[in-house]
Amino acid sequence: MKITEREVDYVARLARLKLSDRERELFTGQLNAILEYMEKLNELDTEGVEPTYHVVHHTNAFREDQVRESSPREEIMENAPQREGDFFKVPRVI
Amino acid sequence: MEICRLGIGELRERFDRGELSSVEATRAFIERIREVDERIRAYLTVTEEEALEMASRADEMMKEGRVFPLTGVPLAIKDNICTKGIRTTCASRILHNFVPPYDATVIGRLKAQGAVILGKTNMDEFAMGSSTENSAFAITRNPWDLEAIPGGSSGGSAAAVAADECAGALGSDTGGSIRQPAACCGVVGLKPTYGRVSRYGLVAFASSLDQIGPMTKSVRDSALLLGAIAGHDPHDSTSSPLPDEDFTRLLGEEIRGMRLGMPKEFFIEGMDPEVEERVKEAIRVLEGLGAEVFEISLPHTPYAVATYYIICTAEASSNLARYDGVKYGLRKEGEDLIEMYRETRSDGFGPEVKRRIMLGTYALSAGYYDAYYKKASQVRTLIKEDFEKAFERCDLIVTPTSPTAAFAIGEKIDDPLQMYLSDIFTISVNLAGLPALSLPCGFTQRGLPVGLQIIGKPFSEATLLQAAYAYEESADFRSRRPLIGSSP
Repeated sequence: MKITEREVDYVARLARLKLSDRERELFTGQLNAILEYMEKLNELDTEGVEPTYHVVHHTNAFREDQVRESSPREEIMENAPQREGDFFKVPRVI
Repeated sequence: MEICRLGIGELRERFDRGELSSVEATRAFIERIREVDERIRAYLTVTEEEALEMASRADEMMKEGRVFPLTGVPLAIKDNICTKGIRTTCASRILHNFVPPYDATVIGRLKAQGAVILGKTNMDEFAMGSSTENSAFAITRNPWDLEAIPGGSSGGSAAAVAADECAGALGSDTGGSIRQPAACCGVVGLKPTYGRVSRYGLVAFASSLDQIGPMTKSVRDSALLLGAIAGHDPHDSTSSPLPDEDFTRLLGEEIRGMRLGMPKEFFIEGMDPEVEERVKEAIRVLEGLGAEVFEISLPHTPYAVATYYIICTAEASSNLARYDGVKYGLRKEGEDLIEMYRETRSDGFGPEVKRRIMLGTYALSAGYYDAYYKKASQVRTLIKEDFEKAFERCDLIVTPTSPTAAFAIGEKIDDPLQMYLSDIFTISVNLAGLPALSLPCGFTQRGLPVGLQIIGKPFSEATLLQAAYAYEESADFRSRRPLIGSSP
């Protein structure tokens, strides 16, 4: 067993997901099978190999700090599930 | 020939000769969608009115002599590419009502040319899958066999092209999502070099792997569509600063002396013998055209699936954190903010998306980061180096696109690992950031299309298209069309 039901619950909490009992059981089985398969990578000695996080060589993309047209506020706010004026509304935090 | 059977280049010729207007062409495709899409379900949204408006504007442009390769050409767009004012759902409940306030850069470029958008196509939710069965809204069927999957995740775009419900389409490819459905549906699909096409406005799945690309009826059409969408974009700092180029410029040039590598690791046990036969026949055709074919080795190929599913799920778990019920999409109430997030995400995401978020969160979590994410990123380096070494000896690499032809709907949906293994020949290309294309190279006895994959060096799309075009010219599979079941 690579991952227990308890760990699956913990990961779900980190990922802001809520699993039903059925999902927890199903995912535990499936994630174990997948993680078992991932073990294959340990056959390779990667000591000293530089990791590749991106294939493009990144340099900072500078631009002039100029005032430009912004996205249309009303069209953005129209997608809000709940709003108050020009604010997104969320459940009370404090 | 019926109008809806025409591709991009063929429509262009008829428009330019004044034999056909964009409005007439657009009407023909809308008619075709009405006729067959109930059975295929390639589209999630058909934008009939907007399409006809765009078409009449395109006709105006043509009258004024403002003609670009895509002017007036009706296209289908995968539903993870933002279209201003047109619902963009990623085939997910969590975005079921999302209307983007802006166009993706590729859409802006197509609109500037006067292309016509017919609608948005079905896909695996957030592009996660290889069969389009993970859509929250519909099952798309393969036009060649209505009981078979169209491939995925760009299954709707592939099916729309194959069923003549558009002249061409855009898909996106993170691990094979353009090429594998193109192979399954018998069309041409091109994943450009990472950075060739701007990702601005493409809903992010795995940012270091995602690319938008063309899905078309012919190789020339892919070259034309790529030309329209490629180029640097200040909105995407990973887009390449290379100058624009004409991707059709080498079409028709002979391929004598071109060096083609056949990786021995791609011709393995477990592959459908019919697929292997068709692909080897295709390679012999290329050899007959004067190409030099020899065996090469990409020794880390057996590690690609594991590497890919660690990296793509890690990136996805971060990218999909934005769906929290606050700014757009679905919201489910909870007693506090955290509960609201959890209720919203649990209700809004389907099983495969949850599975991948879980896997990625686990791979990035404290104590496991080095063992999974870092390890996979190191193996990614080894996979990339395999290709670099191979390309010292050859110009292009030829392989099957997928180990099997389209499988039956429902066959792999309960076994995620088996589903992941259907991407075995396509994902290493994304890990290395290379361009690759799938094109039809024959059929199985059951009548399902088989795809040949050609992989190129970074930014060598023109050469890739040259070889694909030479093959297509000498082995024309376009005359064979799907029957799309019986009449309703």
